[in-house]
Amino acid sequence: MSEKKTVSVETLNEYKGRSLAQETWRRFLKNKGAIVGMAFMILLVILACSGDLIYDFQVDITGFSADLSESPSLDHLFGTDQLGRDIFARVIYGTRYSLIIGVGSVALGLVVGLITGSLAGFYGGFWDQLVMRANDILYSIPNIMLAVVIVQLLGKSIGSLLVALSISSATSFAKITRAAVMTIRGQEYVESAYAMGLPTWKIILKHIIPNCLSPIIVQVTLAIGSNIISASSLSFLGVGVPIPIPEWGTMLAEGRTYIVSEPWMCIFPGLAIMFTVLALNLMGDGLRDALDPKLKR
Amino acid sequence: MIRYVLKRLLFMIPTILLTSLIIFFAMKIAGGDPVKQILPENATVEQQENLREEMGLNDPLVVQYARYMAGLITGDMGESYVTGKDVLQTFMERLPMTLALGGSALIVACIISVPLGIYTALNQNTWKDTTGMVFALFGVSMPNFWLGLMLMLLFAVKWKLLPSQGAEGPEYLVLPALTVGLGLAALITRTTRSAMLDVIRQDYMTTAKAKGASHRRVIYYHGLKNAMIPIVTAIGMQFSLVMTGSALAEVVFSWPGIGRLVFESIDKRDEPMVTGAIILCCILMSIINLVVDLIYAFLDPRIKAQYSNKG
Repeated sequence: MSEKKTVSVETLNEYKGRSLAQETWRRFLKNKGAIVGMAFMILLVILACSGDLIYDFQVDITGFSADLSESPSLDHLFGTDQLGRDIFARVIYGTRYSLIIGVGSVALGLVVGLITGSLAGFYGGFWDQLVMRANDILYSIPNIMLAVVIVQLLGKSIGSLLVALSISSATSFAKITRAAVMTIRGQEYVESAYAMGLPTWKIILKHIIPNCLSPIIVQVTLAIGSNIISASSLSFLGVGVPIPIPEWGTMLAEGRTYIVSEPWMCIFPGLAIMFTVLALNLMGDGLRDALDPKLKR
Repeated sequence: MIRYVLKRLLFMIPTILLTSLIIFFAMKIAGGDPVKQILPENATVEQQENLREEMGLNDPLVVQYARYMAGLITGDMGESYVTGKDVLQTFMERLPMTLALGGSALIVACIISVPLGIYTALNQNTWKDTTGMVFALFGVSMPNFWLGLMLMLLFAVKWKLLPSQGAEGPEYLVLPALTVGLGLAALITRTTRSAMLDVIRQDYMTTAKAKGASHRRVIYYHGLKNAMIPIVTAIGMQFSLVMTGSALAEVVFSWPGIGRLVFESIDKRDEPMVTGAIILCCILMSIINLVVDLIYAFLDPRIKAQYSNKG
């Protein structure tokens, strides 16, 4: 059971001055894992942006340098492949694709999920039925098959992969938003906003969505991670990013053929995916604890 | 209860109709000209036209869809453009391989995750808990097919303990099942731990302890039984993931299941095979989801009562 703690007036006053966001941020900073995750993500973004400064795209990415199939060394940190492409440089370039696909698909899914989910939760009835039945149908198609169908339809490209992944994120965002909106809809402050004559869209946007943000923010961080994994899986299966592009999954698909002679081609792109997703998961867990301290154990 | 099951089965019909509609049209639009695929390159325009008429490809898409669905009900889903074999039959031949992989992966996952989840929950906030949770976190963050590649690198390439490609005996199942199972285990461990933590704090646990029940009995009889519902829910929710994981593992380890069938058929632009296999997968998923929901009813009388009232 909790011990009795005496809190001085000064500390109380200190708490008073802070907004919810500041309070969340303070709690977030206390979580070591979350800080490590965030630091890693910042480093990754910097590396992704500065790839052009360190490496020559022509030589290191498209290949034909002098060093063919070299094992990892100081010259080539992660080794080179059968075309002399530097794996480290390709992994760094791959960061861009993975981050763009991960963040982009979640952003797209978030917009669709927020709109459909709040419609369903707020109006109920017909809208609720429509959105939830559509969700049921999408849920009965295994994610990977759905993505395959969409990529087949739109052609193999980063754009269609992005759309394919955003659909499965949209369903989970719609579900979370709907549940949150349904609980908040009945609160007194929403009623009073109605009584003051605010238009419905404004009530949803200004009063309801900000109050159901915490589960959504957590889901965003976790969804970026899982979409990065899904994107690389699809690329690995040959229905994602096409082959010469240094996306992590595509690199693994290429490396798989050489797993016996050049295992480093398989090891490093996978490690890159794992640590990126790990960092995102750490951040997500940290955010969840910071946003809702009651859940913390 | 029976009414509930019937209602769910009835609801499956529009779901399957709509899903197959989406998939059928998408694949029709995406697929190339099948006539050019089937006939040799030097076929005359007349030959092509004849075949097109014969296959009904000149009819409007809606008519083609109606014909396809009529075929689906009677079990005729067309023939593969590549092998000429019946689609449904090929699917059914491959299905046991995927079920074997998925089933053994689930067993692996449960054997690892449930005890580990209980253990970490009982040792909450100690180094044992932290170690367990770090492992689970790594497991969740790892792409499953990459784990498969790494297992293959270690056990098949380096130590030469297990075969890496094909399905010629039970030993061929070990690596793919471990791959899919370990990924699932990471997820289920996290759920088991938090479900157990919820249960440990309940009053009836204290009561059981106060009555002098042994530690073992309190944890497994009073605790685990009540923690089972979120755990089974978590496992049930993972079936889509089992399918995805199996598809990837099948490709990595050349395991001749449904997943590999789909991706091989995509490579060969074998449209009836891809369409048929994906539609059948969706039907399979709907059935599995229904079965999972019914299992809850058996585990928890409260849910059963809810079904009966609604039904």
